[in-house]
Amino acid sequence: MPPRPEPDPVTGPAPRFRPLPPVRLVVDDLVVERGGRRVLDGVGLTLGPGEALLLTGPNGVGKSTLIRALFGLVRPEAGRIRLEGPDVEEPDEVAPRCHYLGHRDALKTALTVAENLAFWRRFLGDPGLEVDAALDRVGLLDLSDLPAAYLSAGQRRRLAIARLIAVRRPIWLLDEPTAALDAASEATLLALMAAHLAAGGSLLAATHLALPLSGARRLALTPADVDAGFDPDQPEIPPAAPARVPRP
Amino acid sequence: MSAMLALYVREVRLAVRVGGGALMGVLFFLIVVSVIPFAVGPDLNLLSRLGPAVLWIGALLATLLGLDRLFEADRDDGALDLIAGSGQPLELVALVKALAHWTATGLPLVLAAPLFSLFLAMTPETIGSTMLTLLVGTPALTFLGSIGAGLTVSLRRGGLLVPILILPFCIPVLIFGVSASTAVQFDPAAFHTPFYLLCAVSLVAAVTGPIAAAAALRGGLD
Amino acid sequence: MALSITALANPTRFLGLVDRAVPWLAGLTAVLFAVGLVLTAQSPADYQQGETVKIMYIHVPAAWLSMFTYGLMTVSALGTLVWRHPLADVSAKAAAPIGAAFTFLALVTGSLWGKPMWGTWWVWDARLTSVLVLFIMYLGLIALWRTIEDPSRAARPAAVLILVGSVNLPIIKFSVDWWNTLHQPASVFRMDGPTIDGSMLTPLLVMALAFTLLMLTLHLLAMRNEVLRRRVRAIGLVTAGGAR
Repeated sequence: MPPRPEPDPVTGPAPRFRPLPPVRLVVDDLVVERGGRRVLDGVGLTLGPGEALLLTGPNGVGKSTLIRALFGLVRPEAGRIRLEGPDVEEPDEVAPRCHYLGHRDALKTALTVAENLAFWRRFLGDPGLEVDAALDRVGLLDLSDLPAAYLSAGQRRRLAIARLIAVRRPIWLLDEPTAALDAASEATLLALMAAHLAAGGSLLAATHLALPLSGARRLALTPADVDAGFDPDQPEIPPAAPARVPRP
Repeated sequence: MSAMLALYVREVRLAVRVGGGALMGVLFFLIVVSVIPFAVGPDLNLLSRLGPAVLWIGALLATLLGLDRLFEADRDDGALDLIAGSGQPLELVALVKALAHWTATGLPLVLAAPLFSLFLAMTPETIGSTMLTLLVGTPALTFLGSIGAGLTVSLRRGGLLVPILILPFCIPVLIFGVSASTAVQFDPAAFHTPFYLLCAVSLVAAVTGPIAAAAALRGGLD
Repeated sequence: MALSITALANPTRFLGLVDRAVPWLAGLTAVLFAVGLVLTAQSPADYQQGETVKIMYIHVPAAWLSMFTYGLMTVSALGTLVWRHPLADVSAKAAAPIGAAFTFLALVTGSLWGKPMWGTWWVWDARLTSVLVLFIMYLGLIALWRTIEDPSRAARPAAVLILVGSVNLPIIKFSVDWWNTLHQPASVFRMDGPTIDGSMLTPLLVMALAFTLLMLTLHLLAMRNEVLRRRVRAIGLVTAGGAR
C-alpha cells in the first residue's frame, strides 16, 4: 500500500465538511412510556448549531429511548419535538434532518462494503462525501469490494459511521457510537464529530465514555423511581438529580 | 425517485444473492407440482383438467415462501429504523419492496409455469391462459402477503403466521385465476370476465397492500 | 491462518494437475464428439421410429451421465465424511450443477422423443418420475450449498444429503424392471448382453464415451473454479482480519 501524505498517522488530515444549514432541535416536556412504565418524564432540551450534548446515565434509564423518540421511532405520550431554523418548513418532521446511529449497524452481509454505503447514500438523499472518500476516512477503502459478512464488529461499526459523512444531516443522534471501536477508530470518530460541529452541525450522543469533545454539554438522565447512584459505573451522576432537566 | 430505484436494486440484488433467491421459489414450485400426481394418480386426462389449479396452488405457496422475511430482515439489522426515519413515505417503500420481491420470486414462477405445465399434459391454450393469469395474479399475492409481513414484523417467530393470516385474502385471486385459466378449455369467451376481475383484484391489492403494510409497520416499529 | 494454509497446500498440487490434464481431456472429447456425430449421422434410421431414433444418441448418454455424476458425488460425499479430504467436498459441489444439466438434458430429450413416440411430452411412469426426483435432488443440493455461506460448514450436511439421496440410483436403474413402465427396459447394460443392433450400438458407445469425457473435463474445470473461489473468499477474510 503506498504511503499517504498524512500529518497524523491515526486520523489523517483533520476533516472539513461543507457548512450545514442552521437547525435547532427543541424538546419540550417529553414523556415516554414503555410497557406501562414511565421511562422519560418531562425531559426538555435544546440543541443548536455547533452544539454537542452527551447523554449519560445508568443502564435502563432511557438514553436509547430518548434518542429513538427524537428520531420518531418511539411515540411520546406527551411533549413536543420540533425543529427551528430559517429553512425549516415542517418543524415536526425531525427524523429526515437527523442521522441515527443505533446499536445495530443496518448492514446487509450479502452486499459489499461499498454497495452498503452507496445504497444509504442514494436512499437517504442529500449526499455528502463520495463513497470512496467516506470509506477512506474510516479506514475501510481497501475492503470496499469485500462482502460486509467478512467484517469484524469494529469494522462494521466504522462502516455505519461512514454513513454519517456520506449523507449530510445537520443533527447526529448517536447511541453508544464508540461500541466495538478500538482507540484509533475512536479518535477518527472524534475528529469526524469535531468537523461536523465545526460545519455548524449538532450532535447528541449517549455514551458511557467521557468523550473529549470541547464545549460539549452533559445531560445526566436519572431514573425517576430508582435511587440515583445505583449504577457504580456512573460516578459522575449527581445524586438525586431531577429527572426534569432545565433548559439552558 | 432515485431513492426508490436504489431500494429496488438493493432488494433484487439481495434476493438473488441470499439463499438461492429465485431458484428456491421455482424449486419449491416444481416440487409442489410434481407431488400432486403422486396424490391424485398419474392419469394424464385428470391431470390435464386439474393442471391450472395445480399450477395456481404451487405458485400461491411458492409466492408466500419467504414473504415473512420481507421486512423482518431489515428490522433485524436496524435498516428499518433508518428507512422509517428517512422521510420517504413508508407506503412507497412497502410498494417498492413488494415489487422487488415479486421480480425476484414471482416472475420466475410465471416463466417456469409453461415448462411445468408439460408435466400435467396441459393444452397450449390452457398453458397460455394460465401463464397470463399468473402474470397478472401473482403480484396481488405478493402485495397481500406484504400486509402479513408488516403485521408480523415485530414478532420474533412470525414465520408460519404470515401464510395463515394471508391465505384467506388470497382466495379471490385463486378463484378468478383458476376459473379464467380453465375457462379457455371449454369456451374462450368465458375467459374475459374472470380475467378482468382478476386484474381488478390485483389493482386493488397493489393499492391497499402497501398502505396497510405501511400502517402495520408504523405500529410495529416501537 | 496456519489451518487455511495446510488446507490450500493439497489443492495447489491439484490445480497444477488440472492445468496439465484439461487440454488433453478437452482435445480427446472434441475428437470423440466429431467421430460420434459422424457415426450418428451415418447410422440407420429405425424402421418404426424413422429419424427420431437419433435423439437416442443424446438422450441415453445424458441419462447415463445424470446417474454417473450422482455416483461420483456419492463417492465424494464418502470422502468428505470418512476421510475428510478437503477436495472431496469441492468435487461434490462442482459436480452438482453438471449433473443437474445432464439430467435436464436427459429429461428434455426424453420429452422430445416421447412426443412423437408416445404422443405426450410427459408421463408419470416410474423411470421418468425417478429421474425427475434426481433432478430435484440436484437442485436441492445446489440450493443447500448456496444457502450456507461458509463452505466448510456446508460440506457435512451436503454429504449426508447426497448419501441419503443415493438410494434413488438403484430405483432409477431398475425402475423399468420393477414396474410396468412405458419407458423401454435396458438394452445396453444387461446380464445377457446388449439387445441393440451393432450399427446403432457403436455410435451410441462412442457418444457415451464422449459425453463422459466432457463431463470429466467440465468437472475438473468446475473443481478448479471452486478451489479458486474458496481461495478468493479466504483471502478476503484474511484481508478483512488483517486490516485494522
